[in-house]
Amino acid sequence: MFSIFLVVMLVGYGSLLFLLVGANLTVVSWGEVLRVLEDESIQRAVRLSLVSATATAILAIFIAVPVGYLMSRVEFRGRVLVDTLLDVPILLPPLVVGLSLLVLFNGVGVWLCLVILAVGFLAMGLWFSGQGRRGGVVVFLGLCGGCGIGAFLLRGSGASLENLLTGAGVPVTFHPVAVVLAQLPVAASFAIRMMRSTFDELGTRHEELARSLGCGWGGAFVRVVWPLAGRGILAAGTMAWARALGEFGPVLIFAGATRGRTEVLPTSIYLEVNLGNLGGAAALSLLMILMAVGALVLVRLVMGREVWR
Amino acid sequence: MEVSSFFEVRDLVARVGDFEVGPLHFEVARGEALALVGPSGSGKTTLLEVVCGLREGQLVRGEILLGGESLVGMNLEAREIGLVPQDVVLFPSMTVREHLEFGLRVRKRLGKKERREVEGLGERLGLGELMERKVKGLSGGEGRRVSIGRALAFGPRLLCLDEALTGLDEARKLGVMEVLREFLRGGGAALVVEHGETGFREVEIG
Repeated sequence: MFSIFLVVMLVGYGSLLFLLVGANLTVVSWGEVLRVLEDESIQRAVRLSLVSATATAILAIFIAVPVGYLMSRVEFRGRVLVDTLLDVPILLPPLVVGLSLLVLFNGVGVWLCLVILAVGFLAMGLWFSGQGRRGGVVVFLGLCGGCGIGAFLLRGSGASLENLLTGAGVPVTFHPVAVVLAQLPVAASFAIRMMRSTFDELGTRHEELARSLGCGWGGAFVRVVWPLAGRGILAAGTMAWARALGEFGPVLIFAGATRGRTEVLPTSIYLEVNLGNLGGAAALSLLMILMAVGALVLVRLVMGREVWR
Repeated sequence: MEVSSFFEVRDLVARVGDFEVGPLHFEVARGEALALVGPSGSGKTTLLEVVCGLREGQLVRGEILLGGESLVGMNLEAREIGLVPQDVVLFPSMTVREHLEFGLRVRKRLGKKERREVEGLGERLGLGELMERKVKGLSGGEGRRVSIGRALAFGPRLLCLDEALTGLDEARKLGVMEVLREFLRGGGAALVVEHGETGFREVEIG
């Protein structure tokens, strides 16, 4: 009986997934698919989706490799708290991520951001001081001082981060850059989780041996750990890319849904549904499903797991 | 300052969970190898890895001196100890030659002379034909000899061998022992954990 129960659960859930994907086919026609693929604004949306997801994946890996390595290797007080905080973007409702970005860039004075950063850097400097690590003390107190001076200079100006960046010629909110920033928190959280388990699985033997042969900690990482983690890095990058490709809520709030400008594929689906064009939305959904499945197959191939059996 | 005992362990106690090794006292002179003997699970590997700095956190008390200098609290990379671990631990992306050159390369001491010496060491360890091969796919015995070559090539002050001869046939064992004797004649010292007779002075662990 138990084996029947297990099989029923698998077949039931598998059927639900199959119906979810297959449902799109009932409302889409070849003509609709061709119309969507030939639509110039949708072609731009595909391009922006691919470019922004790739940029997000690269940034996510840039963050995830050191953070995942640190979380895997270093024991420190408050580690569980930090671990939970790193998962917050995954747990937050997507709209909240977008709204938080909007408020951070437009509703908070730069000076206040700098004060908060200065306090954080000061705390890190004091922590390193307690550990007797002079290098860390110098770096973090230097950063604290820099932020403090910046906050002092900008006090009372009321300038937001967006004002400052627009002044420097890099407007963010409701511009394509915002798409990447909106995709990043969740994609980076997934990538960090994956990198951490990659480093956990590798264990510490290789880097210990490399260090006993004369490498510093950084040298052992670059010469020995990095090549061993290559597959995990590729898999985490692909996962971050797929996650970024499907991001909608934060993109809608922070980058907007301007046709041909900040429109990505999920936005296109949203706009097509709003226009009452269910067939067009379904055609775009199928395109996204193909991309997501392609990314998943790639992850499994990269991780050396069988795909088809 | 030249000391009579080149390597010395004084009142050393290490703990792994509830298991404690020691207190241990022994000395090793330059040119001498000391065999650590004892039943399985008596802490021989723990002791070797504490000496090498791999298990610094498990050192409860005691002093470890090499060339008159304390190793306690010293960075792993500064100890100049060549370790051949029981589990071999090779770097899969590297060739046999890259393994042998590893310690010299990271110390930026890899010149023409050193390359020739590495070549010679590879020959003496029976790795001459394998120098350009990636280590993935090497046999257990070949991997062990690569690990021995990697630990020896950079000129360590102390060599720690944890069952380094296991899995080698008699001819290869003789070759490795000859390389080890050559290292000792050059003024190094060695700690050896091995099943079976080594001919070295022995100290009982556990």
